Parts: sequence; C-alpha cells; structure tokens
Amino acid sequence: MKKSWLRLIGLSTIVTMLTGCDPLLVLDPKGPQAQVQAKDIMLSIGIMSFIVLIVFVLLAYMLVKFRASKQSPDYKPPHIKGSTKVEIICVGIPVLIVAYLSFISVESNYKVESTPEKYKQEEPLIIYASTSNWKWHFSYPEEDIETVNYLYIPAERPIEFKLYSYGPITSFWIPQLGGQKYAMADMVNTLHLAADLPGEYMGRNANFNGKGFAENTFNVTAVTQDEFADWVKEVKATAEPLTEEKFNTLLEPGHVGQSTYTGTHLTFLPAPEGENGGHQHGTSHTKDHASQQNDH
Amino acid sequence: MEYFERFAIPHPSPAIYASMVAIGLTVIAIIVGLTYFKKWGYLWHEWLTTVDHKRIGIMYLISALLMLFRGGADAIMMRAQMAVPDNTLLDAQHYNEIFTTHGTVMIIFMAMPFIMAFMNYIVPLQIGARDVAFPRLNALSFWLFFMGAMLLNISFVIGGSPDAGWTNYFPLANNEFSQSVGTNYYLFALQISGLGTLITGINMIVTILKMRAPGMTLMKMPMFTWSSLVANVIIVFAFPVLTVALTMGTFDRLFATNFFTTSDGGMDMLWANFFWVWGHPEVYILILPAFGIYSEIISTFSGRNLYGYKSMVGSMVIISFLSFLVWTHHFFTMGQGALTNSIFSITTMAIAVPTGVKIFNWLFTLWKGKIVFTTPMLYSMLFIPTFTIGGVTGVMLGMSAADYQYHNTMFLVAHFHMVIIPGVVFAMLAGLHYYWPKMFGFMLNEKIGKWTAWIIAMSTLLAFMPMFFSGLDGQARRMYTYSASTGFGLWNMLSFIGAIGLTIGFILIVYNVIYSIRYSPRNVGSDPWDARTLEWATPSPVPYYNFAKVPHVISTEALWDAKYRQHDLFPEPYEKIHMPNNSGVPFILGCIFFAWGFSFVFGMWIPTILTTIGIFICMAHRSLEKDPGHYVPVEKVKATESKLRGSQL
Ligand code: HEM
Ligand SMILES: [Cu+2]
Ligand SMILES: [Cu+2]
Repeated sequence: MKKSWLRLIGLSTIVTMLTGCDPLLVLDPKGPQAQVQAKDIMLSIGIMSFIVLIVFVLLAYMLVKFRASKQSPDYKPPHIKGSTKVEIICVGIPVLIVAYLSFISVESNYKVESTPEKYKQEEPLIIYASTSNWKWHFSYPEEDIETVNYLYIPAERPIEFKLYSYGPITSFWIPQLGGQKYAMADMVNTLHLAADLPGEYMGRNANFNGKGFAENTFNVTAVTQDEFADWVKEVKATAEPLTEEKFNTLLEPGHVGQSTYTGTHLTFLPAPEGENGGHQHGTSHTKDHASQQNDH
Repeated sequence: MEYFERFAIPHPSPAIYASMVAIGLTVIAIIVGLTYFKKWGYLWHEWLTTVDHKRIGIMYLISALLMLFRGGADAIMMRAQMAVPDNTLLDAQHYNEIFTTHGTVMIIFMAMPFIMAFMNYIVPLQIGARDVAFPRLNALSFWLFFMGAMLLNISFVIGGSPDAGWTNYFPLANNEFSQSVGTNYYLFALQISGLGTLITGINMIVTILKMRAPGMTLMKMPMFTWSSLVANVIIVFAFPVLTVALTMGTFDRLFATNFFTTSDGGMDMLWANFFWVWGHPEVYILILPAFGIYSEIISTFSGRNLYGYKSMVGSMVIISFLSFLVWTHHFFTMGQGALTNSIFSITTMAIAVPTGVKIFNWLFTLWKGKIVFTTPMLYSMLFIPTFTIGGVTGVMLGMSAADYQYHNTMFLVAHFHMVIIPGVVFAMLAGLHYYWPKMFGFMLNEKIGKWTAWIIAMSTLLAFMPMFFSGLDGQARRMYTYSASTGFGLWNMLSFIGAIGLTIGFILIVYNVIYSIRYSPRNVGSDPWDARTLEWATPSPVPYYNFAKVPHVISTEALWDAKYRQHDLFPEPYEKIHMPNNSGVPFILGCIFFAWGFSFVFGMWIPTILTTIGIFICMAHRSLEKDPGHYVPVEKVKATESKLRGSQL
C-alpha cells in the first residue's frame, strides 16, 4: 500500500514537471474517490509504458538487425511457422497483466460505488443534482434549500448525489473530487463523493447536450462543516422561496446565472425514483414540462 | 411558406454559400465535360452498370478518398476553432454540426468504403475466383452505400446537418431537442448505406466459403481473406441491430412513437445500448481487414511467411466473439453498478490479449527476414508503435473506475484516434500504395510516398497526443469553446498544428497520384513487389475474368510456391468462361433509394409512397427477369491473355 502511494507521488511529480506548472486536474485529487481513480490511472500508465517499451525495443531491434541493406544479396529468409514457447509467453504475460488490472479495477469499482471508507462513520449529505438545458439544479432536501449552478458542500463529509435530468442525458463531473456519472430523465443515479479539503473546484456537464454544452458548468465550494451550517442558515434567512412557477421558468432552455432558494422543487416535482421512476410508468412527471418546453 | 422553410439552410453563412456555389459549379463542369468528350456512354456501360468486383472496388476507393477530404475539411475547421481560447470562428450550432458530420462521414463513409474497396478488389483475386458470389447484388451494395453517403452530404445545403454527435444519443436527437431535419438525414443515410453493408457481408461470406480455388482449404486462405471473412461475419451479426435502432429512431422522430423519449415509458439508455451493440463490433469490422492488409504487406516485405498463422486466425476469431461482449464500456457511467461494470471491464481488457498476440506475430515476422522499406512497409512499421499507444490507452479506459475520469473527455478522443488512424487509415494508405500497381498498372512514386508516410505519422502524434493531457486536465470532448483560464490553450494549439500536418500529408497523396499518373513508368509487370499470394498471379491491370485458367493451391502462399517451389499454379487447360452481364438496375434502384430517403427526411409522403412502389418494382423486375450471363469463348480468352502477358503463359 505504502509503496504504491510512493509510486503515485513519484509518477505524478514526473507528469507535473513534464507539463510545466499546474498539475493536471484529474491527477490532482482532492477527495478519496478521485484518489482511487488517480491511483488506478498512474498504475495503469506505469504498466502500459512498460508494454509500450517492450514493443518499441523489439521493433527497433528487428528493423536494425534484419534490414535487407545489411544482408548479403543471396540471403534467403527461412520459413518459420511459429513456436509454442513464444506463443505461451506472448499470451501468458498479457493474460497476467490483464488479470492483475482486472483485479484492481474490480476493487476500485466497489470503492467508487460506495461511501468512501474514510468517512463511513459520517452521515452522508444527500444532494439531488438535476439538469435542464443548460443548467444545474441542486436540491438539499434535508436543509430544504436549492441552488442553481453552484454547489456548497461540507468538506470531510460524504456526499450522496442523486442525479437525473429534465431532457437530454448529461454527465455530472467534478474532476478533482471524482469521476462522472450520467443524469437521465427516467431514473436517478447515485454518485458518492467527498472532499478532503475546503476549496474551490470545477464542475461541469461532460456529456454533450446541445448548443449550450460548453458553458454547462457549475462551481463547487467545499467549506468546513461549521461554515456549511452557517451558509445554510444564511440561505434560509435571506433567499426567496422556490415556487413552482419560478422553477418552470428555470426549466426553460437557456443559460442563467447562479441563484439560491429556500425549499426544493422535489416537493412539487419529485425525482424519477421509486414510484415516480420512468421505465415502467405510463407518464412521468417531467412530461408536462417537456411539452411546455416544446411550445416555446 | 412553412413548407419551404424546412428546405432552407438553418445557418446561412458565407462558407455554406461558397460550398453551394462550388458544388453547383462542379456538377456543371462534370456534365459539360462528359458531354464535350462524349463520355456518357462510357460512363454508363463501363462504370454505372458494371458488376465487375474490381471496378466496384475502385468506385469504393474513389468515394472513400473523396469522403476523406470531406471529413478532413470538417476536422481542420474544428481544430482551428479550438486552437485558441474564446475563438469565434464557428458558433456552437455550427461546431456541433461539424463534429457530427465529421464522425459520421469518417467512420461510415470513409473508413467503411475504404475497407470495402479492398475487400471487393482483393478477396476474389486472393481466393482464385472470377467474381463475388452475387455480382449484381454487389453493385447494389455499392450504390446503396454511395446514395447514403450523398444523402448525408447534401444535408448541410438543404435543411441542415445532423447535430447530435455521430453517436446520436437520444433524447438529444429527438424532435424536442434537435428540431431541424438534420437527424432525419443521419437516420436515413445510415439506414440506406447500412443495408448495402449488410448485403456485402452476406455476399462476401458466401464468396469466401463457396468460391475458393481448388486446394485452398480454410486454413490455407491468405490472411487478408481470413480477416475479411471474420469482419463480414461480424457485419452480419451487428448491422441488423443498427437497422432496428435506426428504424425505432425514425419512428420516434416522424411518427411520434416513444421508444427513446423522456416520457411515456420511453427509455433513453436503450438507444445507447443498441448503438454500441452495433458500434463496438463496428470498430472491429474496420480494424480486422486493416490487420489483414498489414499481414500481407509485412510478410511480403520481410521476404518471409507470416509468423504464427494459426494464432493470427485464432486471435481474430476470439476478437470477433469478444467484440460483442464489451459494448457497455461505452457507458460505464450510466449507473449500472459495480458488478456490471466489473464484468465489462474484464471482457474489455481481455480484447487486448489477442490484439497483443497479433502485434507480436508481426514483430516475429520481421525476425530473420529481409526487410525492404517500401512505402507500404513504412506505413506498416509506423503503425506498430503508434497503434500500440492507442491500444494500451484502450486498456486504461477499460478500467471502469478510472474511466469515470476519462469518459467524455479528450482522453477518449485521443484513444480512438490513436487506434483508428494508425490502425485503419495507415493500413488503407499502405494498401493503396501496395495494390496500386495491380489496380492501375503503374507504381505510385516511392519518394513522395515515404515523405508522406512520415509526415502523416508524425502529425498524427502531434495532433492527438496532446489530447491525452488536456483530457486529464478536465477538457470535455465536444466543447466548442473554452476560456483562457482553463489552460487548455497550449494543448489545443499543438493539436491544431498536427492537424495542419495531416492536411499536408493528405494533399501530398493527391499530388503523388497526379505525379505518378504523369511520370511513372508503365508495364511494371504482374508482380512488382515479389509478393506471395494469388492476387499477384494475374496480369496487371487484371482482365475482367481475373484468371484465364483455374488456379490450384497447395499453401497459404500460392504465388510463392509457383515462383520458388516449382508448383504448377495453373494446371488446367483453357475453357470458356462464364461471366455475369452488366445491369443498370442496381444503379437505378440506388437512385430510387436516394429519392426515398430524401422524401422521408422531409416527411413528403406522396413521393415516399411512389418511391417505395419504385423499389418494389425493381425487386419484382429482378425476380421475373431471366439473365443467364454470358460465356467468353476460349479464343477470346487466349487472345486477351497473350496481349496482356506477351508469351509468359
Ligand atoms: C486494445 C483494445 C481496445 C480497448 C481495450 C478499447 C477500449 C475502449 C473503451 C473502454 C472505450 C470507451 C471509453 C469511454 O467512452 O470512456 C473505447 C472507445 C472507443 N474505441 Fe476503443 N478500445 C480498443 C481498441 C479499439 C480499436 C481497435 C478501435 C478502432 C478501430 C477503437 C475505437 C474506439 C472508438 C471509435 C471509441 C469511441 C467512441 C465514441 O464514444 O465516440 N478502439 N475503447
Ligand atoms: Cu434509466
Ligand atoms: Cu468499444
């Protein structure tokens, strides 16, 4: 365990130096899930470089050694069918490598799909993150508040994002906290993230969803748990309530800036989960809004 | 008025008006030229109605090269837009249309016809046959492909191009979010050309299984034929899925069904599943014939037999099987849970093993060989290191937890270009230089050819390697702009320079063709490379009946045996040869399909019904027609042969 950490740090410094100043976002993780992913990435870069190296060396050797210009004119290349020994090596070693990577991959899958080990004892904060062209709606059901296009989260506490969409498939992605997951109209996906440190992080929709895609971003601010509680209090004291009409205007396609509300849209427009799920149902609740959008 | 609005261009811009004028002028120039030189008859009798697999192959080749430039123009516009932050060369809508048509054109209308060109031209020659099993159906396949391609290509001047990505994910591609007719074009262009591909698949399988020369058992087939066989089997299993998906998409858009909608029980992830159940095998349909071409070239220019023939065949069969078991890796992030992702992660990485076997076999084919660096060989040698980088990054993507960070980013874009360009495009260019003398009777210039190969390979690295970094730095794919603060500028500028290099490389290929047409010596003989397989046993250019006498084969390297092992390749006496007749019906049917697709795109129901009837009339005509073909008498065969070969035979 220690060793692979050292290797991770070593390799990331090399990559960092190679690329000049700022580390690449994905390789500069600020949360446990992103760390798992960065570690897998560095590990696979290491192993894969080794394979690339072998191929390059073999190729260079063959090309230098067996060039026609270096051989006598009457040299006749032999007929060689193949050899079981060589074949066993050429299949065996890749099989071992793939088996090892599969093992790592499966292990990491279970890690990124559950609450981070580090913060298991903490109660996860549940945030519904839904998209409508081309913005993000973040509902905090417990706190009973909602934000548009920005996220406030407590550091050192697991967050459970519930993802869904009012329209095309989008993908919720905060590179430094963890990789992405799709938000779709007919079901709710869960993504577990956590931030180790307070800070500002970039978040965006990573899945193409039409004209406004490039600007389909949001800001993430991680703060200490106390600051978070203060923020919630302040929102409750100052923000306007989110009414159904207001939310319907927000659903219309287009870009809007950041805004904050008390109450969440979940009360009048539940997420497509449980009995409101899409696959088996006749008409989902998004229907009215979808057709409204069409009228514009 | 509303009716005509649908035909209008949604984004009028000087560039589009300029292309309209250019298209108009080209069409006029072609018509005037054909009339002036009195070539209408020649065009009709020799090309439009031909059923000769070699001519069909050449028509595929020309289409593929044209589409390479069409797709390339899109690419350079995209890279130019991205080269600097906050660029305003293109707006979002324009950019979206361009990357959509770029992807669609490159995969469906450039790479596919390129491999079809070689399969059509080479396979019958390599197995010692006189044509494919169903020559007329083969012509129909070509015309369906061609009309599909044309349908997509007129989209940007009539009604607007598709703009939902070449993956065309619903619900984005549905009426609600893609309101122009662009996506209808996508659906019909792919549907029509896909039918052509499916027909080719069946045709080629029957050809390879039924029409091999005496002595050529399955395990004595040359590697390119093997790769074509496997690719066509994949076609026959994969393309029906595309047909069904496109049909359902069409129903959603034109008849308000709800297969992929966001309401009324529609299921958006169903499209992604269908698309990739076809789409992943599709990338192997492209790569396997390319591998076949590399195998022929590497063995020829190493002066050696292919190392590990059996494991080459075995690995292709395993790849074809696995290619159907990995589609979910294209949406690891769809929320299917750790177990499903784990399974698909393992099957995905498993593909790297048989792929690796092939790489090592090529390396060992060089071993103890006598390597000659011709242009085709240079492409093949540049392919190995570049493709290896693309392949190992595929393994990285296959680790699903890590893919959460790569998915939808430039890292992915870098991966698939680093496999498709060295894998498919280099192979096709290598094949182009290799088979050119067989097709046209003279060589392409070697010096220009080698320069081009180096420029293209280095530019590929420059254009796509930076994307690995910008992807890891958080640049999502398909963003039409970004701000300077993101720091993506440098990577994208490098990438743009690489794209310019690629453009220069492709222009040099055209220059090489023109130069060689003018200056290359003619009559290079039937076997200019000292090759090993049967296609080089025919005179160049190849007579329409291919082989005057039926060849007999004793190993995978029929010509080599004849040249150096005293094997009598043509023991049979001359006999009259049965050949199929030309027919105008495939071309006419293709045109009707074009009109059918066009009227469907705009929902013009009367023409749709009329063209549908037209299609059935053509099919009925074929069913009732008696066309026994014709015989070429022995004297004529002898005369042709002695003219082509002198006193050789
Ligand atoms: C060593 C074998 C390979 C492995 C393990 C592999 C793995 C993958 C994975 C996991 C993805 C999905 C990544 C994502 O969406 O985040 C992908 C995408 C892709 N691969 Fe590969 N791949 C391999 C070889 C190839 C080959 C040979 C080709 C083409 C000839 C190819 C073409 C593509 C394309 C076109 C895409 C992207 C499609 C899109 O989303 O637009 N790959 N590959
Ligand atoms: Cu769903
Ligand atoms: Cu795939």
